[in-house]
Amino acid sequence: MAAGSTYTPIATTTLGSAASSYTFTGISSAYTDLILVATTPPSAGGSVNLTMGNGSIDTGTNYSWTYLRGNGTAASSSRGSTDSRIFSGENATAGLQSNLIIHFQNYSNTTTYKTCISRYNCTDTVTQATVGLWRSTSAINQIRLAIGGDSFAAGATFTLYGIAAA
Amino acid sequence: MSPILKGVIASQITGHLNNNSYESIATVTVGSGGAASVTFTSIPSTYKHLQIRTLYLNTSAQSNIRMTYNSDTAANYSWHELDGYGQPSPEASGTANASFMSIILGATGTTNQAVGITDILEYANTNIYKTCKTLTGADTNGGINYILFRSGNWRSTSAITRIDLTASAGNFGQYSSIALYGIKG
Repeated sequence: MAAGSTYTPIATTTLGSAASSYTFTGISSAYTDLILVATTPPSAGGSVNLTMGNGSIDTGTNYSWTYLRGNGTAASSSRGSTDSRIFSGENATAGLQSNLIIHFQNYSNTTTYKTCISRYNCTDTVTQATVGLWRSTSAINQIRLAIGGDSFAAGATFTLYGIAAA
Repeated sequence: MSPILKGVIASQITGHLNNNSYESIATVTVGSGGAASVTFTSIPSTYKHLQIRTLYLNTSAQSNIRMTYNSDTAANYSWHELDGYGQPSPEASGTANASFMSIILGATGTTNQAVGITDILEYANTNIYKTCKTLTGADTNGGINYILFRSGNWRSTSAITRIDLTASAGNFGQYSSIALYGIKG
């Protein structure tokens, strides 16, 4: 069996001031999978929304998602179809620490729709797992995280890794 | 790489870090004829943990990927799951004394796939039974949609040197990809 080191940092950013979104562009197709790791403290609170695209972010209703979450009291599941984002997490209170890890598998293939799977954790609110679909066979070379109706607070971090399969 | 930021970039690192603890061991990409199973053999014991990253297409049936180790098909496995199907009340189930562990639950079609990440912890430790965990899901925009946590156990202290993955119905469809990685301790 062949073996080679992989899991390569592609880019990382720490916000110096609040921002409504963060977008990775020009993502290389040199990897097999991408992993996005973000700490997403909000300025006020809101849903953490994921979109993606090729050449530009697809803002159409070409996404769907299903989540499983627990809020400390009860477990629940929900879904959204023909949506304009993948609902990846939810901050409820300003300043709460939260993190999000999203896996994009075979992100640059041009034969299948793109499915990503993620885990989101927010202190005092929810822990959530989400599977999301982008109904496009285009390769992903842009990824955007945004908070609905709010901004990421200063100090939020966004790091993108690439994994290359043998 | 050209990040676009509506704010201030406080720091940025691009590609100068190197992580030597995560290695690609082998990958199977299924061709046009499909495949009934995928097997990894002669897995070296030089890592601490293994990870399988799966993209699973099945054109004929919604089915599970079943996993066994070292060609053991006796009733030495158990597995459990916590399921979210987009309905308000999640479900849970489990199977004891099974002859396999279900890890990935698939979708159907040529463009809709299931994905999953399976971690096999301490796979070469000869003092413990072997436990794995999987996060898997698929969403087809109103058709099949689920997100699952799954765990599995193999009641053997043998080091894992072979992994067999089999579709419970139908085949691994074209463009399915199963990649095995090793994580150093």
